[in-house]
Amino acid sequence: MQASATSEGDRLLALQELTKTFGSLRACDGVDLDIRPGEIHALLGENGAGKSTLVKMLFGVLAPDGGEIRWKGSPVAITSPFEARQLGIGMVFQHFSLFEALTVAENIALSLDETVSIARIADEARSLSQAYGLPLDPFAHVADLSVGERQRIEIVRTLLQKPELIILDEPTSVLTPQEADRLFETLETLRGEGKSILYISHRLDEVRRICDRATVLRHGKVVAACDPRAETVASLAGLMVGGEVATVTNSPNAGTDQALLEVAHLSLPSRSPFAVTLRDIDLTVRRGEVLAIAGVAGNGQSELFDALSGEVLAGTPDVIRIGGAAVGQKGITQRRLLGAGFVPEERHGHGAVSQMRLSDNMVLARHRSDAGTFLAGGILKVLKRGAIAKAAARVVDAMDVRKSGDDPHASALSGGNLQKFIVGRELDRKPVLLVVNQPTWGVDAGAASRIRQALVDLARSGSAVLVISQDLDEIFEVAHRIAVIHHGRLSAPEPAASMSRERIGLLMGGAAPDGASPGPGEAADAH
Amino acid sequence: MRIELEKRPERSKLFSILSPFIALGLTLIAGAILFLSLGKNPVEALFFFFIDPLLYGWSLHELAVKAAPLILIAVGLSVCFRSNNWNIGAEGQFVMGAVAGSVIPVVFHEWQSLLVLPLMMISAMLGGAAYAAIPALLKARLNTNEILSSLMLVYVAQLFLDWLVRGPWRNPEGFNFPETRNFNASAILPEIVDGGRAHFGLVFAIIAALLTWFMMRHTLKGFEIAVLGQSQRAGRFAGFSAARMVIFAFLFSGALAGLAGISEVSGAIGQLRPVISPGYGFTAIIVAFLGRLNPLGIVAAGLVLALTYLGGEAAQISIGVSDKVARLFQGALLFFVLACDTLIHYRIRIRRPAAAGSAIADARPQAETN
Repeated sequence: MQASATSEGDRLLALQELTKTFGSLRACDGVDLDIRPGEIHALLGENGAGKSTLVKMLFGVLAPDGGEIRWKGSPVAITSPFEARQLGIGMVFQHFSLFEALTVAENIALSLDETVSIARIADEARSLSQAYGLPLDPFAHVADLSVGERQRIEIVRTLLQKPELIILDEPTSVLTPQEADRLFETLETLRGEGKSILYISHRLDEVRRICDRATVLRHGKVVAACDPRAETVASLAGLMVGGEVATVTNSPNAGTDQALLEVAHLSLPSRSPFAVTLRDIDLTVRRGEVLAIAGVAGNGQSELFDALSGEVLAGTPDVIRIGGAAVGQKGITQRRLLGAGFVPEERHGHGAVSQMRLSDNMVLARHRSDAGTFLAGGILKVLKRGAIAKAAARVVDAMDVRKSGDDPHASALSGGNLQKFIVGRELDRKPVLLVVNQPTWGVDAGAASRIRQALVDLARSGSAVLVISQDLDEIFEVAHRIAVIHHGRLSAPEPAASMSRERIGLLMGGAAPDGASPGPGEAADAH
Repeated sequence: MRIELEKRPERSKLFSILSPFIALGLTLIAGAILFLSLGKNPVEALFFFFIDPLLYGWSLHELAVKAAPLILIAVGLSVCFRSNNWNIGAEGQFVMGAVAGSVIPVVFHEWQSLLVLPLMMISAMLGGAAYAAIPALLKARLNTNEILSSLMLVYVAQLFLDWLVRGPWRNPEGFNFPETRNFNASAILPEIVDGGRAHFGLVFAIIAALLTWFMMRHTLKGFEIAVLGQSQRAGRFAGFSAARMVIFAFLFSGALAGLAGISEVSGAIGQLRPVISPGYGFTAIIVAFLGRLNPLGIVAAGLVLALTYLGGEAAQISIGVSDKVARLFQGALLFFVLACDTLIHYRIRIRRPAAAGSAIADARPQAETN
C-alpha cells in the first residue's frame, strides 16, 4: 500500500489501456501514458496516429471506449472540457478561437466559467503575462495583434484557470523563430513551478530541445517512450513513421523563360477593417520552378491567395496573367479551366466542406474542369457518383490518405490527411500552375514531406508552383526563388541559394532590402 | 446555477431519424394535457383530432386539398433553407401568385380555352417568383436581412389582395360582397377523381417533391445548394456565386408558393376572396422542418400538418373547442421538432456556481510570489 502510494504519487496523470474506436478504426488502441509533475512531455506521431483523439479524451471532448484515466492516483471520468478544467487540465488549441473585434481582456472574460469584471481580468492577465514573460496589453484589440500575441492570449487564458497540466497542440506552427524562443522560456518557467506540459509538435528539433520525455504513437498504439535528448531527429522521425522519413529532393532551378503566372502592379484595397491591403505586387512564376513567398501570418497572404485564385477579382484584366491569358477579371472557374489549381490555407470550410464526403469534396474544385468525367445528362448536370468515387479513390491512393470507412466526411480526417487529399485533388489534374497557401500548416513530418516532394515533382514535370508559407524550413526545402510579403507588399524574388535565414527574417520584419530605397508605395503608408 | 448547451462530440444517427417521431409523440402528450386542463377527455379529443378525419372518404379528400399547398410551398422552402436563405414570406408569395394567376379568369372572364389553365399556372409562378425576388434582390445587393423583408412583404400582399377584391376586381354581380367573379369552367383546376374535392394541386405537389428530390440528390445544382448552405467560402472556392444562389432559391420557392396559391384559388375556392389561406405559407415552414428539409419527407410531413387543420375543425364541431387549437398543435409541433433537433446536436448541462474563491482569484502565478 505504501509502495503503491509513492509510485502513484510521482505521477500527475496516468493513462492505462485507453482505447477509442470509430467504426472499424481503432484511433487509440490501449494507450499507456504517464505524466509526472514538472515535466514537459512530448506526444509524437504522424497524422492519424491518434494524438488528437487521445488529447480529446483527456480534455473531455470524447469519451473513451475502454481503459482508465487516473489523475493524481485516482480514477476519473472526464466528460466535458469544464470538468477537465475543474480537475486542473488546461488546453491551448492549435486553432485559436478569438473574437477579433474585442479586446484581449474581453476575450478572456468570455472563456471563463464564471462572471468576473473586465478590470479584474485585465489586472490578473497583466500580472500573469509579466510573470511568465508573455508581454500582452489587456486592452489591445485582438485584430491588431500578431499571431504570436494571439497565442499568448490563449496561454494566459489557460493559465488563469490555474491548471496543473497544460496541453499545447502544435504551438509553434504559427510563430516566427524569435516568438518560438520566447514561448520556450515561458514553458521552462512553468516547468520550474512544477506544472506539467503535454507538448504536441511535429518539429522534432524543438521536442529534443525542450521536452524531458516523449511518447510516440503510431496507428493508435504507443510504439516508444523515450528520452528525446538521447535520440536524433532522424531516429525520432523513424519511430513516428515506422521507417525512415524521406527527405525532400529538389533539383536546381530548372525554370525556363516561359512565365505561367505573371502578376503586375497588383493592388487591392482591404475588404474589411481586419484585412490587409495589397500594394503594387509584382511576381512571375516560370515553367519548372517553385517560387515561395515567406512572411509572418497576417501580412496579406490570404488576400494575395484570394486575388490569385479569382475568389476576389483584381482591378483590371491584365494585372494577373495565367499562361499569358489576362484573367484579372475572370473568376476561379475560368482560371481553373486555364489549367490552374489552388490549395487554400484553411482546410475546413474553404478547401473542403467539413460535413461533406470526400467524393463530394472532389466535385467541389473540379466540377467544371472535369465536367466530362463527373457530369452526365447535359444541361441537367447529373453527378456521376461512380466516376467521382473512382477519382477520389485515385487521389486517396496517390497521396496515401488515411481514413476510416469508404467515403468519410472531410471532418472525420485528421488535418494532415485532409491536406494530402486537398493537395492530391489538384495534383491529380496535373495543373499547369499550382498556387498553395500554407501547404503543410499543422501537418506532421511524414505527410509534410510527402506534400513538399509532390510540389517539387510537379515543378520538375514542367508546371509552375507558387508556395505561400510561414515555415522557413519548408521554403528552403522546396523553393528555387524566394520573396517575402510584409504589410501587403512583396519584396523582389531572389534565388533561394543566395538567400539566408537572417535576410528573410529582416524582410519579414519589414526592413527594406539593403541598398534599396523605399518603394513608391511608402507614401501611401503614411496616412 | 447556470444551464448551458454543450455541443455533443458525436450525434446519434438513430435519434436523427427518430427526432420527428419523438416530436410528434411529445406534441400528442402536450395536446392531451391541454385537453385535460380544458376539462375534455383527452383520449376522445385526440381521437376526434387525429383519427376521426382519416375515417371518411370526404375528409380524406379534404386532407389532400389542405396538404397540396403545404407540400408545394415547403418543397420550395427546403431549397431556400438548405442554401441558408431564410424565406419567411411564402404566405405573401402564395397570395401574389394567386393574384397573378387570377388575372385571366377575372379580367378576361369570358375567355374559355384549354390554354387558360396552363397560362394561369405559369403567370402564378411568375408572380410568386417576382414577389420573392424583392427580398432576394435586397439581400443580394444591399445585404438586408431577408427574414424581416420577406416577412413584412406578407402583410403588403395580404392588404393588396384585400384592396383588389373590394375595389377594382369586385364582382359586379356579387351584391357588393368583397369577392371576384366566380372562375369560369375552363379556369377551374380539375379534380383528381370525379366527384371528390381533391384537385390536381396534390399532383403538382408530388411531382415538385420528386423533381426537387432528384435535383438535391443527383445534380450539380443540388450540390451547389448544399455547399453554399454549409460554407459560403467553400462555395466561392468552388466557383459558385452566393448572390446568385440567393436569387435562385427565392425565385424557386416563390414560384412554387405562387403555384400553390393559384391551385388553391382555382382548385378549392373558385374565386378570389380577401383571405385565401389559413396560413399555409407559415405552416409550410413547420412542414419543411418536420420533413427534415427532404422533399420526400416533406410529403409525409405535409399530410401530418394538413391533418391538424382538419382536426381543428373536427374538434370544434364534435367536442366544442376553438379551432384555434389547430394553431396550437402546429406551434407545439414546431417547438418540439426544433427542440429535438437541438438536443441531437447539444446536450444540456447544469452548472453549479464555482466554489468560493473563484478560479481567477487562485490563478495568481507562484512565480510572482516567489
